[in-house]
Amino acid sequence: MSGTLRFIQGNEAVVEGALYAGLGFYAGYPITPSTEITELLAERLPKRGGTFIQMEDEIASMCSIIGASLTGKKVMTATSGPGFSLMQEAIGYAVMAEVPCVVVNVQRSGPSTGLPTAVAQGDVMQARWGTHGDHAIIALTASNLQDVFKLTIEAFNMAETYRTPVILLLDEVVGHMREKVIIPNEGEFVVQRLITSVPEGTDYHPYLAREDGRLPMSDFGGVHRYNVTGLVHDMWGFPSNDPTVAYNLLRHLVDKIEKRSHEIARYQEHRIEDADILIVSYGSSARSALHMIEKGRDSGIRIGLLELNTIWPFPYEVVRRAAERTEIVLVVEMNMGQVYQEVRRAVKTDRVYLVNRFDGVFISHNDIEKTLNVVMGRGV
Amino acid sequence: MSTKSFVFTGSGGQGVITAAIVIGEAAALHEGLNAVQTQVYGPEARGGATRSDLIVSSDPIRYPKVINPQVLVCLTQEAYNKFAPIVRPGGLLIADASFVSTVRKADARQIVLPMFETVKKELGKTMAFNICMVGCVLAFTGIVSKDSVVKALTSRMPPAHLEMNLKALDLGIELAKDYGNSVAAGCGKTAS
Repeated sequence: MSGTLRFIQGNEAVVEGALYAGLGFYAGYPITPSTEITELLAERLPKRGGTFIQMEDEIASMCSIIGASLTGKKVMTATSGPGFSLMQEAIGYAVMAEVPCVVVNVQRSGPSTGLPTAVAQGDVMQARWGTHGDHAIIALTASNLQDVFKLTIEAFNMAETYRTPVILLLDEVVGHMREKVIIPNEGEFVVQRLITSVPEGTDYHPYLAREDGRLPMSDFGGVHRYNVTGLVHDMWGFPSNDPTVAYNLLRHLVDKIEKRSHEIARYQEHRIEDADILIVSYGSSARSALHMIEKGRDSGIRIGLLELNTIWPFPYEVVRRAAERTEIVLVVEMNMGQVYQEVRRAVKTDRVYLVNRFDGVFISHNDIEKTLNVVMGRGV
Repeated sequence: MSTKSFVFTGSGGQGVITAAIVIGEAAALHEGLNAVQTQVYGPEARGGATRSDLIVSSDPIRYPKVINPQVLVCLTQEAYNKFAPIVRPGGLLIADASFVSTVRKADARQIVLPMFETVKKELGKTMAFNICMVGCVLAFTGIVSKDSVVKALTSRMPPAHLEMNLKALDLGIELAKDYGNSVAAGCGKTAS
């Protein structure tokens, strides 16, 4: 891979990934621990011919990226828990109006303003259900910065492919940690925006999917009319109270993501072939889990790791398969069991244990080892 | 090499995070090693206890924090009181003479150096205090070459501040050498 070797923060790797993917518009309101994303893009995006706006708050940030996306730009905003809460209504609007956008949430301890500088992974369920109504969402995460770069590009690709908001769910440790990253000159796959232009006099159906399932965006501002609404709408984009229209729209919004969960699933398996014990983890917690795997293997414990990069739609099938040969599953995360509950739903064994921290302290391999000792009948 | 772990502690604004980044970048970009740097800090922009962790290794680094550092640097009394107990037995604790009195017993070599005073006296400004400390760490540990640190400084520092920082680096290296010589001559001050 030819490229530039850098020693940078996770937040900077997000910026590099976004620029690589063709980010054209960014609106944001700085908040710890995501501030560096806004700070760096303020400097770099205009130099690339893109637009940067610091908005008055996160509601406006989210609304303005939706507007900019409709005009044909690839868009992103970044925030942390309190700002992510404010964005929820507009995220629902982007789901309903099928507007591609990337929302980065570098998680910190909550609820509310919580511990502003401390790590947590407590927004997993908020990413899934923060906005109201039945819907599907894509949320991605990563534990090392090469993956942060790659997954940021994937977030843009999925947003464009499925015309949906994609949540990049990082955490304080990954956001602020520095390590080596290679920023490639070329070679990463980038999905281009699909735009339809309709000649004058021809009817335009903005919500009529093509045969391949992709829904092209309108060349907004062209000759045709295009209505954008948060109301239930027909294929013309205009509001409708027709139950059939409502059924078809909601079915489409959910199925376009849930039925493709196998395409959207990104994950990594470490030494699970012969594992008696499986750890499921994601984000920065997965680094401690991997440390534990290597330490455990050195002392003869057959232990493996399934690291999830796609959190939503939850890859139930991937988790079920990975746990097929194991009796014991540990879920390592920094919240009170948000992914743990999903893993329980996915696997057959009842022996699923949560290893967690929610006190703002980064979970360590020592935390995992204590639970492992108990589970293996060795005491603490 | 195997793995070497560092914890740099002090007060917000003293530059302990930058110091860790400079050494990390020197190792990662100029010596072909792996390096991971993390930090813990309070909500304040200045003041407050700050801690920056650095791991340098020829192997992949998973858990990104340091539990018991082989090298601990303390630039304030508060940081010393809080973090001195975590230094690895047989490790090295470097403290600044102007801000820290080493009152604790530590199962480590404790070295107190007048880094702040030297930078103030020689450079007239104290801004590059942290890079003087980097020079000391370099001289005591040999973790990376001076050349690599100079490259890292050159790429990170605004040109107007580069010369001052390069001087501070040399001052740190000299301080460590003088300390080594004085210990060899039997008149070094080693706190225990």
